[in-house]
Amino acid sequence: MKRNIPLILAFLAGLLMIVSEFIPHRPFSNMVETLEEWFMIIAGFSIVLGLASLLQMNYQKISTKAENWGYHLACVIAFAVMVIIGALWGMEDQPGLLGQGEKIISWLGKKPFDYTYDNALVPLSATMFSLLAFFIASAAYRAFIIRTFESNLLMISAVIVILGRTGFGTMLTSWIPENYRFWQLPVLADFIMQYPNTAAQRAILISASLGIIGSSLRIILGIERSYLGGDK
Amino acid sequence: MPDIMNTVGIWLGAFFTFAIFSFLYKDNPFYKLAEQIFVGLSAGYGLIYIIYAALMPNLFTKLATDFGGNLILLIPFALGIMMITRMVPKIQWLSRYPLSIVIGTSAAISLLRFLKSDLIAQVAATMINPFATKVPSEIVGNLMLIIGTICGVYFFYFSKKQEGIAKIPSKIGVYFLMVSFGATFGYTVMARISLLIGRLEFLLKDWLHIIK
Repeated sequence: MKRNIPLILAFLAGLLMIVSEFIPHRPFSNMVETLEEWFMIIAGFSIVLGLASLLQMNYQKISTKAENWGYHLACVIAFAVMVIIGALWGMEDQPGLLGQGEKIISWLGKKPFDYTYDNALVPLSATMFSLLAFFIASAAYRAFIIRTFESNLLMISAVIVILGRTGFGTMLTSWIPENYRFWQLPVLADFIMQYPNTAAQRAILISASLGIIGSSLRIILGIERSYLGGDK
Repeated sequence: MPDIMNTVGIWLGAFFTFAIFSFLYKDNPFYKLAEQIFVGLSAGYGLIYIIYAALMPNLFTKLATDFGGNLILLIPFALGIMMITRMVPKIQWLSRYPLSIVIGTSAAISLLRFLKSDLIAQVAATMINPFATKVPSEIVGNLMLIIGTICGVYFFYFSKKQEGIAKIPSKIGVYFLMVSFGATFGYTVMARISLLIGRLEFLLKDWLHIIK
């Protein structure tokens, strides 16, 4: 019962969605609308579960005073601050438990949640990702070492796309006459993006979609059941 | 007062920017602190966003305004609570019920979406007449599109060992994939560099007012 009912539920939910695609009329259309609403609600709770798991892991490290526990405490405090200010005064147009918070907006200029988002979360995430610009340079060195014909192709297309998307690249090949403008770096970069790149991306998409369709069918038919966990 | 708080916000942003960039020297307490604050703030943002964007409009607001008319919503609410029982080892099997609905629904959605947009649409888009245009570069491009797609798909066919003459289309597929990976790499580099320029602009313009 602990395993069979979930398998039946997954089968029915999947079957209903597929049938409604081919019979988009009542009662299937209504049932699918309801199921989609339920899906949003349950998926929302599953994110809450993920965050609760993160907090539990941090709590364990703090309570056992594991190495660097202070940083985990900072994580929990940051989480609590964001949740409390979001719950009290809301976000963007959404009111919180204390309403829209006009008083605090007149003091901060915006809602505390939005203030923290703009001045802490945005700089942190943008800097974290921009940090990769430096590491990608060392990755480029390793990737661009010309060992084989394949790595040669990778390097040439990367260099053309990088230069073709900058003013420097345009300047480098601007002397090429209009009759041979195909060899100008921006035009060449566009060509690579439009044809060989699209071809390869299409091959990846087609192959991946075949794999996803296969595994989705396995889940709906109950062949793939690893998501249920152990036998307990 | 908002002006002062705006300045405080900019200094806060500058501190976090430097704290993250300090990792370029080596791992240090400032980076570790900023990293954990980033995780905490992101998680908090995610929770509040889910509450206001998904749970409030679809569940709590409806139940609060018309409880009797939305009694059916108590089912997904109960399933949602059952999902959280995964945290309690003794009753974690209860979470299988909501999980199976989510998995079953998302598997069907993925199946239909990938079937339509990624399989049928992409195969149809490849079935073109390469000689429909008079521009030589477009004819070459269209031929590349057809050959590259077929050979690329063939490369991912692992059910039979690719040897002898069967290895040739696979090799051609690899060449196309390499060109694509190079182009994607180039695009990623450009995106990261533009983020870096954005942070430097923030420091030099908003924080230090050196550039206008």
